[in-house]
Amino acid sequence: MPKDDGIGASTKRREDLRFLTGNGKYTDDINLRGQSYVHFLRSDVAHGRINGIDTAAAAAMPGVLKIFTAADFASAGGIPCGWQVTDRFGKPMQEPKHPILADGKVRHVGDPIAAVVAETYEQARDAAEAIDLDIEELEPVIDMKAALAPDAPKVHDDLTSNLCYDWGFVEENREAVNAAFDSAAHVVSLELTNNRLVANPMEPRVAVGDYDPWGDSHTLYTTSQNPHVIRLLMGAFVLNIPEHKLRVVAPDVGGGFGSKIYHYAEEAFCTYAAKVLKRPVKWTSSRSEAFISDAHGRDHKTTIELALDADHNFLAIRTDTYANMGAYLSTFAPSIPTWLHGTLMAGNYKTPLIYVNVKAVFTNTVPVDAYRGAGRPEATFQLERLVDKAARELGVDPVELRRKNFIKPDQFPYQTPVAVVYDTGNYDATLDKMLELADYANFDARVAESKARGKLRGFGIAHYIEACGIAPSNLVGQLGARAGLYESASVRVNATGSISVYTGSHSHGQGHETTFAQVVADMIGVDASSIEIHHGDTSNTPMGMGTYGSRSLAVGGSAIVKATNKIIDKAKKIAAHLLEAAPEDIELKDGKFSVAGTDKSVDWTGVTLAAYVPHNYPLEDLEPGLEETAFYDPSNFTYPSGAYGCEIELDPETGKIDILRFIAADDFGNIVNPMIVEGQVHGGLAQGIGQALLESCVYDDQGQLLSGSFMDYAMPRADDVRGFTVDHSCITPCTHNPLGVKGCGEAGAIGSPPAVVNAAIDALHRAGHSHITHIDMPLTPSRVWAAMNR
Amino acid sequence: MHNFEFVKPSTLAEAVAALGTDEAQPLSGGQTLIPSMKARLNAPGVLVSLTGIAELKGVCREGDTLVIGAATTHATVAADAAADFPGLAALAGQIGDPAVRNRGTIGGSLANNDPSACYPSAALGTGATIVTNAREIAADDYFQGMFTTALEEGEIITSIRFPIPQRAAYAKFLQPASRFALTGVFVAQYAAGVRVAVTGASEGGVFRWAEAEAALSAQFNADAVAGLSHPADGMISDLHGTSEYRAHLVRVMTQRAVRAAQ
Ligand SMILES: Cc1cc2nc3c(=O)[nH]c(=O)nc-3n(C[C@H](O)[C@H](O)[C@H](O)COP(=O)(O)OP(=O)(O)OC[C@H]3O[C@@H](n4cnc5c(N)ncnc54)[C@H](O)[C@@H]3O)c2cc1C
Repeated sequence: MPKDDGIGASTKRREDLRFLTGNGKYTDDINLRGQSYVHFLRSDVAHGRINGIDTAAAAAMPGVLKIFTAADFASAGGIPCGWQVTDRFGKPMQEPKHPILADGKVRHVGDPIAAVVAETYEQARDAAEAIDLDIEELEPVIDMKAALAPDAPKVHDDLTSNLCYDWGFVEENREAVNAAFDSAAHVVSLELTNNRLVANPMEPRVAVGDYDPWGDSHTLYTTSQNPHVIRLLMGAFVLNIPEHKLRVVAPDVGGGFGSKIYHYAEEAFCTYAAKVLKRPVKWTSSRSEAFISDAHGRDHKTTIELALDADHNFLAIRTDTYANMGAYLSTFAPSIPTWLHGTLMAGNYKTPLIYVNVKAVFTNTVPVDAYRGAGRPEATFQLERLVDKAARELGVDPVELRRKNFIKPDQFPYQTPVAVVYDTGNYDATLDKMLELADYANFDARVAESKARGKLRGFGIAHYIEACGIAPSNLVGQLGARAGLYESASVRVNATGSISVYTGSHSHGQGHETTFAQVVADMIGVDASSIEIHHGDTSNTPMGMGTYGSRSLAVGGSAIVKATNKIIDKAKKIAAHLLEAAPEDIELKDGKFSVAGTDKSVDWTGVTLAAYVPHNYPLEDLEPGLEETAFYDPSNFTYPSGAYGCEIELDPETGKIDILRFIAADDFGNIVNPMIVEGQVHGGLAQGIGQALLESCVYDDQGQLLSGSFMDYAMPRADDVRGFTVDHSCITPCTHNPLGVKGCGEAGAIGSPPAVVNAAIDALHRAGHSHITHIDMPLTPSRVWAAMNR
Repeated sequence: MHNFEFVKPSTLAEAVAALGTDEAQPLSGGQTLIPSMKARLNAPGVLVSLTGIAELKGVCREGDTLVIGAATTHATVAADAAADFPGLAALAGQIGDPAVRNRGTIGGSLANNDPSACYPSAALGTGATIVTNAREIAADDYFQGMFTTALEEGEIITSIRFPIPQRAAYAKFLQPASRFALTGVFVAQYAAGVRVAVTGASEGGVFRWAEAEAALSAQFNADAVAGLSHPADGMISDLHGTSEYRAHLVRVMTQRAVRAAQ
């Protein structure tokens, strides 16, 4: 039995008290004395040459403090990219400059051209309207394949083409894969699009820059998932501010989903302008601005093929993908279609040969980077759609085709042909669990029931694997990361026994303040209420890498475990002294230290008080105090996996799809807080279903964003995402981190899109529409109807 | 948002006078006008609020006519028209979300005449009369294409007079993002015949579907229109649906409205 607030308990989220009562403290709630406001004048054309910016009239408008253009940033560096990919031929990717304000050219609708700082936000906007821009429109490149044509206009004049890189993985396997296809009994192929998405966290981005002239030091308050990463990138590469003079604070953050990982121009601007003006400078993105300035997600076009032998064993997979980078390289953009995508192409299957080709392309669109799942949803979608199509073409049960090719429980650790080694898993178990919870055995009866009402029912299956707990630093360093990916924790035990934990992970919806406290409470045996989790401020937490890639518990939690173990070791020495025993004989249980085999004991507060009031203390051997820091660098990724089942009903008159039930049977390894895990899966499913049925970021051929507001960009609403059953009882603990945890943040968004689309195709086939082999996401009513009436 | 003057008269006469000034524009529920001002797409110099004028508010039955004040909110119509004209009340109850329904008004909706708005189909589908401070306009003359109406500069809608039908219903197919009507059809049956008005579908804004009216006047059931199909020419084509799809929905939603009105 878990303690009420220890590992395994569904403790209510302590942070919700402030969030649900409107008392969260977000960046926009921070207002500093003397604060000024910036409005960015953004390009309304996708591609153009800036021939002139006349700010004279605007500068004379009421309240205007200063108008900045690229010329003001001549001495600053550009916005850096954090990952360098090496192409098939051993050459580094093409890496364009990314100025803070557009320099010479504008490259996407939303590219900031000038920044007006004024006493009020409205004054800044008024003045921005008075800026006289002379922009010569250039032909934009929007379509990825067109962008690679030899005579295509170039997004960056100083690059040789719009190709960022042409990546092959595993390049040495290319010929062997081709040979396997040449001799295969069956080849199944599929062309598909992974639709471009806008993350749309509830809280838009905000930045407040502050400068202290007396200490020559800067503070940036920002909506970030990783304040230390921003400090490093912005301090070292953009503004040349050393770490000790730069504090970055990410207070409560209202969701990120990847879009708040990156270092953005607006952050650098506010930090810099605050020094120039000697006044705090604040920027609050409007929702409309978010659509054209937050990094977008996904946007792949892929052809994938599967070779099978006569017995339907998978022999080889070959893919050809075009990945949109947008106009500039966002912080982690190059790694998403490569190392977070190609390495997952084995899925749950023992396919011996895999070759992934990815061409990353610059276009006149907003930069594209990680969005919940990042690369892994793209891999899973291709593979699980293709396996489903293969089953249909071969006339076999999609469940059995998957089972036949699954890596089996006794085959772990499993070396895939795409570099990664899966440590544990049991794919049959999650599949069985999902089918049981879905009452799959009685599905045919439900099909008949729907049919009687004139509706088409379908069931779709998807299995996923993901690489989480990102990531071993030495490995990602070899792969081109310009950062380490460890995590840090400091555990400070106070004199009266309460505990302050400082973590480099950042919580923006994940519930760390609750979960991390449960871990420490469980380890020491004190109440979680005596533990406070601090995060988000570079001035008080050790260098941390932040939250993304479902890494917080697996990496950040492991750092906390490491630091807490150091605490326990030292506390045992203090207890041993107090109890006049040997440290090896001291046991810690339920917050009490006792000498094994005796009734001699001292409680937790007795030890902590002794640590800070060291009157009776082994001062010659041990420092006073009880505070420890640890850094944890994982030895491998973690590999959560699961089986998803989606049951839909399709209205043949309108093409509208309703999700009737969605079953997620996940293996997340050990679970610290089941309720929070369930919430994470729900959120992921909502986003995955959103991608499958509703969300689509669409540009016209001139690079105007057609889906630039919630009037046209369809977010899932409560009634779109119902009927969830979430199970995480299939557990194969991670073998290489202390908690045996794998990560659960992205799974829902990774596994659900193919399950939904497979369900739709299943419903259509059952109703005789066997000519429909695929419909691109989102499966809007209009698209489904068009497919049915082609 | 640009700066503006704000006046809130309590009588119609004062409102009309205030609207006589240059750059003045009526403000009703603000659910359309305020967002467009925030986006700086619209910058009236004077906003004349209509919501403080008692005579522009309320739902009241006069014989076979339901009279609704222009500044009556969607939520009020949903509640107060339910007994006399349930088809109209149901339409009002499906507009937007609770915040929109408790602010947005019928007069604002008809003055704006968004091609995807719901109310225009009810006004045209019932042959309602749009009453203004200056005159009465038949619905058939009032709607003149997307965002275009017969209203003159400074003219205020004061009420809408709906002839109460024998039975009626509105069937709305949601645009997935905005949840306005991708295609919405209002069907109303009168002793003199059936009227069918379609919103959301056409580039010309709300329109009557004559073939369906004839078929349904002869026989009021869903099968009567099963064999009809509306041409795709002139239908809207966008991210959310092709013109063929909308044309198809015109028939499907007509049938659904007829079934709901049974
Ligand atoms: C989130 C959201 C969802 C929505 N969903 C729907 C939907 O599903 N279906 C739907 O039909 N609508 C929908 N709407 C629009 C909503 O119904 C608005 O209330 C309506 O379109 C405008 O009414 P209003 O009272 O807010 O007008 P306002 O915004 O105040 O005014 C709109 C225009 O009409 C003019 N005007 C207002 N009153 C009068 C008058 N009495 N005489 C002359 N001119 C006048 C104004 O000057 C302005 O030009 C939605 C709106 C929002 C914000």
